Amino acid sequence: MTPLLEICGLHVEVEGREILRGLDLEIPLGETHAVMGPNGSGKSTLAHVIAGREGYEITGGIIRYQGEDIAEMEPEERARKGVFLAFQYPVEIPGVNNTYFLKAAVNEIRKHRDQPELDAVDFLSLMKERVKLLDFDVDLIKRPVNEGFSGGEKKRNEILQMTVLEPTLGVLDETDSGLDIDALRIVAEGVNRMRSPERSFLVITHYQRLLDHIVPDRVHVLQDGRIVESGGRDLAHRLEAEGYTRPAAVPA
Amino acid sequence: MPEQQRTLGAAEVEQLVEREYAYGFVTDIETERVPPGLSEDVIRLISEKKEEPQWLLDWRLKAYELWQGMTEPDWAKVSYPKINYDEISYYAAPKSAVKDGPQSLDDIDPELRRTYEKLGIPLVEQQRLAGIAVDAVFDSVSVATTFKEKLAELGVIFCSFSEAVKEHPELVRKYLGTVVPHTDNFFASLNSAVFSDGSFVYVPKGVRCPMELSTYFRINASETGQFERTLIIADEGSYVSYLEGCTAPMRDENQLHAAVVELVALEDARIKYSTVQNWYPGDKNGVGGIYNFVTKRGKCAGARSHISWTQVETGSAITWKYPSCILLGDDSIGEFYSVALTANRQQADTGTKMIHIGKNTKSTIISKGISAGHGQNTYRGQVKILPGAWNARNFSQCDSLLIGPDSGAHTVPYIDVANPEAQLEHEASTSRIGEDQLFYCRQRGIDPEEAVSLIVNGFARDVLSELPMEFAVEAQKLLGVSLEGAVG
Repeated sequence: MTPLLEICGLHVEVEGREILRGLDLEIPLGETHAVMGPNGSGKSTLAHVIAGREGYEITGGIIRYQGEDIAEMEPEERARKGVFLAFQYPVEIPGVNNTYFLKAAVNEIRKHRDQPELDAVDFLSLMKERVKLLDFDVDLIKRPVNEGFSGGEKKRNEILQMTVLEPTLGVLDETDSGLDIDALRIVAEGVNRMRSPERSFLVITHYQRLLDHIVPDRVHVLQDGRIVESGGRDLAHRLEAEGYTRPAAVPA
Repeated sequence: MPEQQRTLGAAEVEQLVEREYAYGFVTDIETERVPPGLSEDVIRLISEKKEEPQWLLDWRLKAYELWQGMTEPDWAKVSYPKINYDEISYYAAPKSAVKDGPQSLDDIDPELRRTYEKLGIPLVEQQRLAGIAVDAVFDSVSVATTFKEKLAELGVIFCSFSEAVKEHPELVRKYLGTVVPHTDNFFASLNSAVFSDGSFVYVPKGVRCPMELSTYFRINASETGQFERTLIIADEGSYVSYLEGCTAPMRDENQLHAAVVELVALEDARIKYSTVQNWYPGDKNGVGGIYNFVTKRGKCAGARSHISWTQVETGSAITWKYPSCILLGDDSIGEFYSVALTANRQQADTGTKMIHIGKNTKSTIISKGISAGHGQNTYRGQVKILPGAWNARNFSQCDSLLIGPDSGAHTVPYIDVANPEAQLEHEASTSRIGEDQLFYCRQRGIDPEEAVSLIVNGFARDVLSELPMEFAVEAQKLLGVSLEGAVG
């Protein structure tokens, strides 16, 4: 079976500087993979290039999603096909109501899937149900998107959006950064509840502590723009104990 | 490590803000028009056509004499080729409407009726529009006013200015020029000399006007100017909410619109005046479009009176307007809420003046400027506290949103305080729609145009929420449409 996400020999430049240098990664449908790596290894670049951000130029290699080459696909099209990125730094949109924003997104996606749009009443009840599951302050859904939110509230809002948009591939870009242990647990539970044979996750993180809560099927180590080692969940613990500086144990 | 932020490039913005003007059609109708040029004879002719009393003609002629010695103001941050006032026709009217002035709704020329229908303003008193009475001004004349009889039952007068001169001369004479005198400024004096029509509103003591009153201005004839005059009087303890809308055909020429609006609020009266201005803005190279030079001022004449101006300015090649409040009555309140959007080559220099004269007077200014493409947007505002204005307060907030690298935003506040107790606050901010906001929306599945419209509407929210509901929705759409365009 074709993997949900298939990346082969990917080279990516940002402002003329090569960040990814021949990255390979495959995520089968239904699996949760973690990519770990030190600062500057290219973790966020990987997240953004999957989501289709402009300014990230693919200079070589292939990136396929559901068997389709998506290198040239607009970000909104990818989103409508089920790619979701939980941002490391969620963006504030002053004056735009959080619920209104998410309803616009949901209906945009439903429209492209030939599903009927949700009306305000249906949508609000859906929101309220998801909000409860995430122990999210109900008042926040009426406030402008991320405006005046604490770091933890912003991250939880990302997960709230993900649970409402129900993507096929959820990419979590350092979702654990800035979260205290309680928030981390809530976020992880939100993700775990969504895990299913019909959905995959790519969890990008610097620390293994998130992986104690979201236990991955595979762990990959990203260094200097390449996956240098892959393994089971134990690899995360070993990295935590030994650090990234240890030369990757790749047989020649 | 925060990800690097990128602002939008010129080409991207051009695609995002490329706009189509939906109201640019021309109505094919026989027009009676005074030949271009301005002279005493032209003014006498206009006055004669309207069968005006001698005092009004004299007032016009005084204004004209003064105007001839005045020079066009050049302090605004707008640039345009010199206007040749002899090339403008000062009066144009559909022939069918000229004979008897505004007609009964059944007798309107079908062509005019169709025009207003196309503009979304059906001239019928149907149930759906039960909450809004409309005065329709086409070029230089009012062609219809709805719900007049129903309003008259409460003593509310809502009619064209010409009709008011005939039917209620004592009111017109008492208040005309008391807020914006014929000597006021170059464009106001010109208007005083040649004004042709507009709306007149009088709300009697203690009456709360039960529906929104609105005037829809349409310029149709070419090579003409529109010079309307609106006068609204809210007597003691009354309330009225009034809205104006405006559109014009797409033409390569620039057309002048120089209006005057005067508001008078007596003791405990409240006037809420809203504008959705969508005159033709010109094309993307700045060819054509309306020159909108307008003088709007309200006088809070009585104690505890209250005037609010809310404007959404999306049209016109050039906008020059400063809806102001003279806070004469003790405890009176003046408010100014504004969204001005300039795209392509549009220029706007707009703001307000709050003149505090009475004790305990309060004013609030919220201005949101949005500039895209090569648009230039200037907020110019004055807060003046006179010596007798004890305990006066003002709060001003001026925010600018820039879209793309070639747009400009400028803020020019003037503060003039002559009372030691006055409290003034001024906040200002400038931001850009970032690529990060746009990408965030797109990652959630939202189209780039939709995303820009969402961000712009969010930015303008504090002002849009001041509009009457029906118009808030229209204004929201308008801000969206004004920025709409194909993204390749």
